[in-house]
Amino acid sequence: MDYLIAIGLEVVSGIASLVLISIGLAVVFGMMKVINLAHGEFLMMGGYATIAASKAGINIWIAILVIAPLVVGLVGLVVERLVIRHLYGRVIDTMLATWGLSLLFIGLVTTVFGNTTSGISSPLGAVNIGPIGFSAYKFFIVAVAVAVIVTLYLLFKLSRFGLIARATMQNADMSAALGVDPARVYAATFAIGSALAGLAGGVLAPVTGVVPSIGAAFVAKAFITVIGGGSAVLVGTLSASGIFATVNQLASFATTPVIGEVALLGAAIILLRLFPRGITGRFFKGRI
Amino acid sequence: MILELNGVGAGYGRIPILHHVDMSVAEGECVGLWGPNGMGKTTLLKTILGYLPATQGSINFMSEDVTPVAAHVRARKGLGLVPQGRQIFPALTVLENLRMGAALSGEGERHVIEEVLEQLPRLKSLLKRTGGLLSGGEQQLLALARCLCGRPKLMMLDEPTEGIQPSINEEIAETLRRLISEKSLAMIVVEQKREFIAVLAKRVLLMQKGSIAGEMTAAELLAHDTFH
Ligand SMILES: Nc1ncnc2c1ncn2[C@@H]1O[C@H](COP(=O)(O)OP(=O)(O)O)[C@@H](O)[C@H]1O
Ligand SMILES: [Mg+2]
Repeated sequence: MDYLIAIGLEVVSGIASLVLISIGLAVVFGMMKVINLAHGEFLMMGGYATIAASKAGINIWIAILVIAPLVVGLVGLVVERLVIRHLYGRVIDTMLATWGLSLLFIGLVTTVFGNTTSGISSPLGAVNIGPIGFSAYKFFIVAVAVAVIVTLYLLFKLSRFGLIARATMQNADMSAALGVDPARVYAATFAIGSALAGLAGGVLAPVTGVVPSIGAAFVAKAFITVIGGGSAVLVGTLSASGIFATVNQLASFATTPVIGEVALLGAAIILLRLFPRGITGRFFKGRI
Repeated sequence: MILELNGVGAGYGRIPILHHVDMSVAEGECVGLWGPNGMGKTTLLKTILGYLPATQGSINFMSEDVTPVAAHVRARKGLGLVPQGRQIFPALTVLENLRMGAALSGEGERHVIEEVLEQLPRLKSLLKRTGGLLSGGEQQLLALARCLCGRPKLMMLDEPTEGIQPSINEEIAETLRRLISEKSLAMIVVEQKREFIAVLAKRVLLMQKGSIAGEMTAAELLAHDTFH
């Protein structure tokens, strides 16, 4: 029984991690049809921002929840302004450019912080469920993921910005005919997606540690989740994360974490054979 | 003059479509734009709004040269478009579509929407419906209402009767007639149905191969026998 609860908690926290890793990419891809191949490096920078801030004496929770999203959100604003904006509608060019950016960021961060793993210890202790120890920090990860999803839902569904963003995602020309500057909507959207990546990087830093090259692992998972989820940003990310993380965690339990990753990939391939446009591709067009 | 085009040329990429278009619309005037398919009517409206840059000539709106101005800025200055094919935001509700129309009108959104719904009462019972699931005629009414929510000073309508059932066409014509006579709203109406234009516009421009080939009165248009 305790064992089942522990597995359940692992699965839930796995889902939450995957949601956090993917949601920034999903927002940017869903709203702008831009694939940001530097997404993993945005997480990586969120991790470094957290560690640097915490080493500078800033409270760890502020470092994770404020500094990391703020720093990476600002990086996103600059990247949008200098690169993405000039490549709208050119999917391949955007992928190449952001891939180039990812190399640039890896280089820059390596120069500043060195090519070694840095870490901070997980700020919460362990809780025991029966005989099994469970890191209390995983509850925090779940809480952040839930908060992110709820906040995004409210933002897109209830706020004026959300209305304008959804309309622009459906028909940018028509939005412009109603006085909306699509470029500003895209800039804000990209900054939000970047800040979410920064937040994820900050939240996961105590768990994974950070190293300049860690982005590659993040972007692969995020990419699979976003494509598997399909066009609806929130529903898609949630459902794909749910499926993939469950498969991953259960397979890891039964065998080894490596097999778990392989199982995740296998699940993604099967899913995309069944739903070539993702889980929400056909029925949720234009939805969040 | 609320709108003046002087020798405007435009096209898609390097393909020129419009050549030396001169036209003007006076305050409160409804101008018809008539011509068969593929003559450049939609392209002309896109150029006036600013989706396509004018490669030659100049466009003046409300005594201001807007030739270099982006589409969304022209829209804020009071250029409204009811586009061909309606272009409803399909996954937004009817009310959300109207809120988009009113988003930048600078007035209280609720007040503006209520006033527009008084002019198009059929939409009142549809507010919670999804835009993409409305019938063509309902979508056309919504596109018109959405445009009116932005409080345009010049409204451009691109084939508002295309593929729409006759009862709704009459409703649209009646609404437009009232806007012209009671609110003196300036309009450009692109149409292929001569009867529809003749009810609204005193002056009709004939569009052929990317230029304005002539000008007629509504009566002359009805008697005209070139294309029908
Ligand atoms: N997006 C486009 N790209 C290239 N050519 C186009 C495009 N849209 C329209 N055209 C061409 O421009 C010409 C005028 O089209 P259009 O303005 O839509 O005519 P109308 O509205 O009078 O039917 C046509 O020859 C059409 O093929
Ligand atoms: Mg046309």
